[in-house]
Amino acid sequence: MANPVTPAKATRQTTVRKPARRIRGWDNRMAFFTLIPSLILLGVFVYGFIAWSGYVSLTNWNSLIPTLTWAGLRNYATIFSSFRFQSDLRNLVVFTVLFIAGDLVIGMILALLVDQKIRAEGLFRSIFIYPMAISMVVTGVIWSWILNPTTGINLFFHALGFTHVPEWFLSSRFAPSVHLGQIDIGIPVGLLAVVIAAVWQMSGFAMAVYLGGLRSVPEELKEAARIDGAGPWRTFWSVILPQLKGTTATIVVIQAAASLKVFGLIYAMTGSGQDFSTDMPNLNMFQTTFQGDAFAQGAAIAIVLLLLMAAFTVPYVLSMLRGER
Amino acid sequence: MTIRKRAAVALTSVLALGTLAACGSTSTPTQSSSSPTSSNTQLQIFSWWTGVASSKALKSLIGVFNQQYPHVKVVNEAVAGGAGSNAKAVLASRMEANNPPGTFQVHAGRGTLLSWIAAGDMAPLNSLYQKEGWYQDFPQSLLNMLKVNGKIYAVPVDMQRDNVLWYNPSIFKKYNLTPPTTFSQFFADASVLKAHGITPLALANHGNWETTLLYSDVLLGTVGPTQYDKILTGKASWNSAGVTKATQTFLKMMQYTNSDAGALHWQQADQLVAQGQAAMNVQGDWAQGYFTTDLHLTPGTGFGWAPTPGTKGTFAMVSDVFGLPSKLKNQTATLNFLKVLGSEKGQDTFNPLKGTFSPRLDANKSLYDAYSQSAMASFKKDTLVLTIGQGGANPGFTQAFENAMVTLISSKNVPSFISAVQSAAQANPLSK
Amino acid sequence: MAARRVNQTLIYLVLIIASILYLLPVYVVLVTSLKSNAAVSLAHMWNLPAHPGLSSIRAAWAQLSQNFGNSFYLAIPATLLSSALGAINGYALSKWRFRGANALFFVILMGLFIPYQSVLIPLLRVMDTIGLYNSIPGLIIVHTVYGIPITTLIFRNFYANIPDDVLEAAKIDGTGYWGIFRYVILPLSVSGFVVSAIWQFTQIWNNFLFAVSLTNPPNQPVTVALVNIAGSQTIQWNVQMASALLVSIPTLVVYIVLGKYFVRGLLAGAVKG
Repeated sequence: MANPVTPAKATRQTTVRKPARRIRGWDNRMAFFTLIPSLILLGVFVYGFIAWSGYVSLTNWNSLIPTLTWAGLRNYATIFSSFRFQSDLRNLVVFTVLFIAGDLVIGMILALLVDQKIRAEGLFRSIFIYPMAISMVVTGVIWSWILNPTTGINLFFHALGFTHVPEWFLSSRFAPSVHLGQIDIGIPVGLLAVVIAAVWQMSGFAMAVYLGGLRSVPEELKEAARIDGAGPWRTFWSVILPQLKGTTATIVVIQAAASLKVFGLIYAMTGSGQDFSTDMPNLNMFQTTFQGDAFAQGAAIAIVLLLLMAAFTVPYVLSMLRGER
Repeated sequence: MTIRKRAAVALTSVLALGTLAACGSTSTPTQSSSSPTSSNTQLQIFSWWTGVASSKALKSLIGVFNQQYPHVKVVNEAVAGGAGSNAKAVLASRMEANNPPGTFQVHAGRGTLLSWIAAGDMAPLNSLYQKEGWYQDFPQSLLNMLKVNGKIYAVPVDMQRDNVLWYNPSIFKKYNLTPPTTFSQFFADASVLKAHGITPLALANHGNWETTLLYSDVLLGTVGPTQYDKILTGKASWNSAGVTKATQTFLKMMQYTNSDAGALHWQQADQLVAQGQAAMNVQGDWAQGYFTTDLHLTPGTGFGWAPTPGTKGTFAMVSDVFGLPSKLKNQTATLNFLKVLGSEKGQDTFNPLKGTFSPRLDANKSLYDAYSQSAMASFKKDTLVLTIGQGGANPGFTQAFENAMVTLISSKNVPSFISAVQSAAQANPLSK
Repeated sequence: MAARRVNQTLIYLVLIIASILYLLPVYVVLVTSLKSNAAVSLAHMWNLPAHPGLSSIRAAWAQLSQNFGNSFYLAIPATLLSSALGAINGYALSKWRFRGANALFFVILMGLFIPYQSVLIPLLRVMDTIGLYNSIPGLIIVHTVYGIPITTLIFRNFYANIPDDVLEAAKIDGTGYWGIFRYVILPLSVSGFVVSAIWQFTQIWNNFLFAVSLTNPPNQPVTVALVNIAGSQTIQWNVQMASALLVSIPTLVVYIVLGKYFVRGLLAGAVKG
């Protein structure tokens, strides 16, 4: 009664699928039809607007006068040769990778801890996710105070007797530092402070998604592993984690998109930073477009950004889809 | 079973609510989405005045307007964000979509105002000036900053000064120092102060515009107003001994600043001065409102002021002005508002509340405090110049200049800074 | 037994330390909002207020109160609509096989990466053309549309975890497309809806860019008022922090309420493998 279905092991095989596809052709077509409203809306608001940006990026519209004459790839050449944009690309890669990695690891640890049938689960869960509710403008200000090298958290380090305290986001060092053309390739130390603030703000969401995922892992699977004599770590690595592949993919893609949007946090916290060490393409694009009135150059940055994120996501999603087969 | 059932009920009601909300949302927009320009009696005023003092000042100005024109409904559209960067984004998008506000705030000079004029988005106001007699009421040098080819495009509402050195009088007294009037005096004072563990020059550079302002003042103090104006209008080259010397002086000053400048907002730098951790700060005279209103200090004893080194007799101005968008369908309400904005009564209501002063020649001095009175006196007799980032140069150049500034501060490479600025001036010509 | 107790103690210890770290910034927000503006300074940021007062909270409320209603009117329908669309799309993409399903999933997903600042001009034009500029319904549509990629992703990957066997029996019984969605999939979707609603509500409630670009007073959501407090030339830190706390309360309530639906064992018995 409790189960809508009582599948036998055999039904997992592909025996049902093939004939079902023919019989249920109408339902499969129905699935496609239900997507149409979303596709139309996205066609206008995403692809239409991207096409518009792409067109603008190929024109001479670099003042408040909309000069829509053909410029070819000149705007792209301009942005790619600038020190600031080159720094932005490095920062975006470093930030996205560290931010997502930090989010996944900390989100998973928090989710596992909260999932231990503990008391006051709701309280802990709310504490960890609450940072996401606070406006990014304000978190940016707060973290710029906390990580201010002379007045912030360093006061505690001083009190504990440390003499060499970090410079946080005011650092202009790179680790490692490799000269490549105009810029230094490496991890800008100042950017790490921004990663900390961003992980603080967003890791609660990763926890929530993982928690949802953990609780969707069928108890039977865990039990089976336990019966097989697997310890808790083995169970986690070889039973639970593989089940959370899709969940992890969800977090990675959403946080990759979010890493584009944390510019509100960065804007309030550090701005462009020492020698553009905490600058981001989005911030550059906003200022180029609306402070410098260079609409075509701003559009070029937007297009590059979009292609970059697609390049980052496509292989990831592809491997995810392949894994499901 | 129970959980599943409850969840199913919850979700169906969620979906039902969703559809309800969707229906509700399609049936209501008629009242709320009335096109902003279609109504005869509505006026949208677009600005970045959201701070306590400025929003209060704007509200009382709107009050004066509504006394005279009670049937016009004013929509106060103030959008915050570093010297109007958010406001500029919204404004630019609306102008491009041919949906301009009734009137909007912009700085006088060769910055964004000139760009809007060049784009044909502003209508000339010569007849309004003629009718109101404003050609005689404002200083010619100020009106020249609102004109292109004899046509005047905006009405100034306030006046602020950019080349002010704020200092802590008790620190200067304690070490027997006088506020510097030249750069060599500045460095002499600075080394004494540094030896006593006081930060000589408080600096905030969270937004990058602050160092640009300081640099402008150093350049002005080094080459003098005439040459400064030539450089900023493209009549003299950036690649010159004067600019090099100013850049070196600027870098030397940076050695006497607090190390966490990149983390601070301008108020926090002024707070360092007020609390005695730092001795001086270069900032526009909006700092005055912070000292008096927020920190409750008395002008003269709690904080002191002087022109920045080498700039006595020059007034680096920043003035908020309002104009008439040419694509606006109904212009009457805007013209009536501009009339009030430029009037003696409007300006005398607005400025004392905002902490700025009226640029009208007949402005009532008795309405202002000690600092503003001294600034008013300088404004009337000094040479007026503009500052980079506050209306002194076109937006494209300003953006490139600020980017070069970020690099200069960390690389300290003067020649590459100058060549970056020079190519920025070539890409965004400075001459009108 | 003793080992279990040690383990439990360790878990609580780690949880408490993590909580303190997470609450540290919130502490700074809170104490700053209880100080007077003159008492706020970097040097004393960790100190408790000498004369705690609610004046900044009152000042914040005075500036925010008129916009709260707009935000509810915006965030609730937009969250529900985008989640519902996401569920429908996710179901179609994960549980049915039609040609080009994965390609369409990509097409939808790419909407995630559009930099909103770069499309303000055409967006404004479109909203003006369809007569929804300067209206909350207009904002609801924009947030729903830009929410579709994320909600579709969330539900698609969530449904992918539901074993196909669960559907097969219903299919054999002759249940149709919507019948399976309604009676089999939806009851299993609680965690999906919780995650989707948490994300969407937070994003929509806190969004500033669309709010400020597409609406004028008095139709503006509360974030515009919040940023106007935070971003003006002369910043009152205490009022800024107080307003951030006030504005975060509805989102916090959503987290607490929805958090209860993180229920275990929805899929219990669904697979025996």
